Amino acid sequence: MQPEHKSDLSQCRELFGAVQQAAASLGVFDVEALFGAHCGALTRFANNTIHQNVAEQDRWISIRVALDQRTARATTNRLDPNSVRGAVEQALALARSAAPNSDLLPLNENSLIAETKRFDAATAAATPEHRGRAVAEAIRIVESAGQTAAGIYSTGQSIEAIFNSRGVSAWHAETMAQFSITAMAGDSSGWAKASAVSHAAIDPVALARGASEKARLSSDPQEIAPGRYTVILEPAAVLDLVGQMFGDFSATSVSDSRSFLTDRLGTKLFGDNIHIWDDVAHPLQAGVPFDGEGVPRRKLTLVDAGVPRELAYSRSSAHRAGVEPTGHGFPLPNEVGEAPLNIVIAGGSTSVDQMIASTDRGILVTRLWYIREVEPYDKIMTGMTRDGTFLIEDGRLSCGLRNFRFNQGIIELLNNVEALSPAVRASGEEAFDMVVPAMKVRNFSFTEVTRF
Amino acid sequence: MKQLALQALDSAQRPGVTYADVRIIESRDRELGTKDGKPSQVSSDESAGIGIRVLANGCWGFAATDDLTRAGIESAAALARDIAHSSALAKKHEVTLAPEAKHEATWVSPCQIDPFSVSVDEQLALLTSVDDELRRTPGVTLAQTSMTFHRSRQIFVSSIGSVIDQTRTTSGAGFEAYCFKDDQIQKRSYPNSFGGQHQLKGYELIHELALLKHAPRVAEQAVALHSADHCPEGRFDLILDGSQIGLQVHESIGHPIELDRVLGSEANYAGMSFLTLDKLNHLRYGSDLVNAVCDARIEHGPGMGTFAFDDEGVPAQSADIIRNGQFVGYMTSRETAAAIGQQRSNGTMRATSWARLPLIRMTNVSLLPGEQTLDEVFGGVSHAIYMETNRSWSIDDKRYNFQFGCEIAWEIKDGKRVRMLKNPTYSGITTEFWNACAAVANREHWVLWGVPNCGKGQPEQVIGTGHGASPARFHNIKVGAAYAA
Repeated sequence: MQPEHKSDLSQCRELFGAVQQAAASLGVFDVEALFGAHCGALTRFANNTIHQNVAEQDRWISIRVALDQRTARATTNRLDPNSVRGAVEQALALARSAAPNSDLLPLNENSLIAETKRFDAATAAATPEHRGRAVAEAIRIVESAGQTAAGIYSTGQSIEAIFNSRGVSAWHAETMAQFSITAMAGDSSGWAKASAVSHAAIDPVALARGASEKARLSSDPQEIAPGRYTVILEPAAVLDLVGQMFGDFSATSVSDSRSFLTDRLGTKLFGDNIHIWDDVAHPLQAGVPFDGEGVPRRKLTLVDAGVPRELAYSRSSAHRAGVEPTGHGFPLPNEVGEAPLNIVIAGGSTSVDQMIASTDRGILVTRLWYIREVEPYDKIMTGMTRDGTFLIEDGRLSCGLRNFRFNQGIIELLNNVEALSPAVRASGEEAFDMVVPAMKVRNFSFTEVTRF
Repeated sequence: MKQLALQALDSAQRPGVTYADVRIIESRDRELGTKDGKPSQVSSDESAGIGIRVLANGCWGFAATDDLTRAGIESAAALARDIAHSSALAKKHEVTLAPEAKHEATWVSPCQIDPFSVSVDEQLALLTSVDDELRRTPGVTLAQTSMTFHRSRQIFVSSIGSVIDQTRTTSGAGFEAYCFKDDQIQKRSYPNSFGGQHQLKGYELIHELALLKHAPRVAEQAVALHSADHCPEGRFDLILDGSQIGLQVHESIGHPIELDRVLGSEANYAGMSFLTLDKLNHLRYGSDLVNAVCDARIEHGPGMGTFAFDDEGVPAQSADIIRNGQFVGYMTSRETAAAIGQQRSNGTMRATSWARLPLIRMTNVSLLPGEQTLDEVFGGVSHAIYMETNRSWSIDDKRYNFQFGCEIAWEIKDGKRVRMLKNPTYSGITTEFWNACAAVANREHWVLWGVPNCGKGQPEQVIGTGHGASPARFHNIKVGAAYAA
């Protein structure tokens, strides 16, 4: 796939015409098609050498038919006329086998989608050589510190589009670049990661220097007893931990009584300093500005001064609740309904350095790992620190620490936030990218220490 | 398909290329589900594409495309070579591969009842019946059921002359009952969490699971958990059911024995391993009762990690991992085996699709059955806690410190269940835990469990793995630390 947008768009329109024609010949007039295309490449390095280096391209069409309160979906990556017709027939056969669903709504009708400009031609055109040179430079920096580097540099472009027989026509093209690096010293490590629509916004050299410096500073890690500590969570740690709660801001999850917001919406749950939005249009955000039925995503105030205010609604959950859909539904059919995907947590004005300087005794956390839910209603999560955990004493980093296991309730955590840094676009590995601040949190619960 | 694969192999082999392999795959999926009596998932997926891997100038390059025209394949092959050449920009050593023989074979996994030949009506009717049965129990606030079927045909060809045609069919099914009451959300799953049981079988698996029969019991347990006592905190003898042992094996044996992880390939993402090379044949991994293998052969069972050849053309094998408690083996690839001086890969390279590079992945990493009866496992101590069905799982990036939660537990006295316990968790250090293994149930209770959601690699690849396990008992294990704070 090369980024000839207009031709891709016209190709999708043409394909949707074929879908409609095939459906009509089978007596089906309510039909929806999602189109996707992805072309991406990733250069991976470890032990100071490139060890995996890959590229992939794929396109697909996903067809949903609706008839007699039944619906089903068939997806294929074969876009020739016979395969497209075959997918329509398959969707129809599946739909006829399904029992009627009284919750199923007629297809969405035409909606205006605000355009988001998230395509960078240079990123789309990035070559293996471009990635290779950047990686080589990052490795050189880490290696010159006597350390070992591992990481990735990826660049790619994707297209998502939706058309339906009631006039919905929405299209989104986007590029994305990611660079992450782990620097490993004898008994310590450091990590850094960034993502952006344009690779020009990513500085692999600065990230390599940051990771290397953390590995140096955390050498000879000391073991201290687990317990409750003041922690400073860097933005990636915030997004990976706090990011675990946003699936619960789904109206379907609440009506299913499996969200921690069940019976709690509109009540004070977090501290006054917690404000959270879902905002696909935020300049640091990325992603598609419409949902799985083509409804435009609107900005949501998820938490206002500690009070959960709004939920994400698909068309179906909105209909049941008697409200307007918010544009956060997943493609039908599905069991989870919807979720906010463009999280923005309001920041403050305290830098991480200022947070450290104001801490008599505490722990600085670079990154968290393998986070899983222990208890769904108190939203207790467990996981590990990783790649740069430091003891803070008398307002400065005093030494590296062996990594901890935490068991921490997110509700409790968001009541204990003492300071926030300005919000940045952050990227982790346990939740999707978000715009989040670093947080200084009191009484964070570490329950065990590991061996390194 | 074979001709396309051979054409791609020909396109890949240009001057400077010392090795190449090609995988062309056609796959088909069906996914069905219900939620509170209504269809929640009715979908199918078909995909076809090709992945081309080349070794040029001592470096790897890989390119994959859905464009199966001659031009598309030529273009992907050229891109793979271009990528390999760019890999040399940061090259420390020449990749070398352990020797492997040329293989020509066709293999189709056993499948008594083709799941795609069973009507969707029949499949949805069964799920709806189970869903109805779950909601018949007062107090159940949400019922969900699911079935998934997958078939893929892969042609593998390589520059050493191998031509391997494999077709694998997997099936999976399960259900969940939720109960929300008094500020608590409790859940029970059958036969396991993660969508139930998953195996290399056809629709016969669905019959074997007897979903409808188990629905009332599981629903009643979900409700009963609300009035159960909270699992106590402290050190206890701990008995785990086979499915939880399977996940414990996955996290604390399966991942650490991946040799690519040991050698640092996953350092930036999935992490490394405490099983450094000096520990091979020297580490006391577990008690004498602990015997583990990595076995992809059909003789081991119809697991998610069962095949005839791995994705770099190495035949399925059984490798001893832990023998009478001693650590004796890693999972290897041709590259990593050569890197540590071994003569041959033990055949564990797998990719999730045509679009992704093969990596070392667990095949079927299993705890071999012991000799104890179930009565001996439960009755061998006067007091214990028995936990069943995973609810949460977490382990550090070198695979030392773990914490698991289960959906349900019982206090055991003199081999009998005396009270139900809710919110059970346990934690520990991998080698301390396995060295505390005091009993393993015999083959009569051994099941080859399927874990469908194992993640590794960048870009991430989520794949199914197999884990044979029977219930086992462990001495003096830390319980309840998750709630102690």
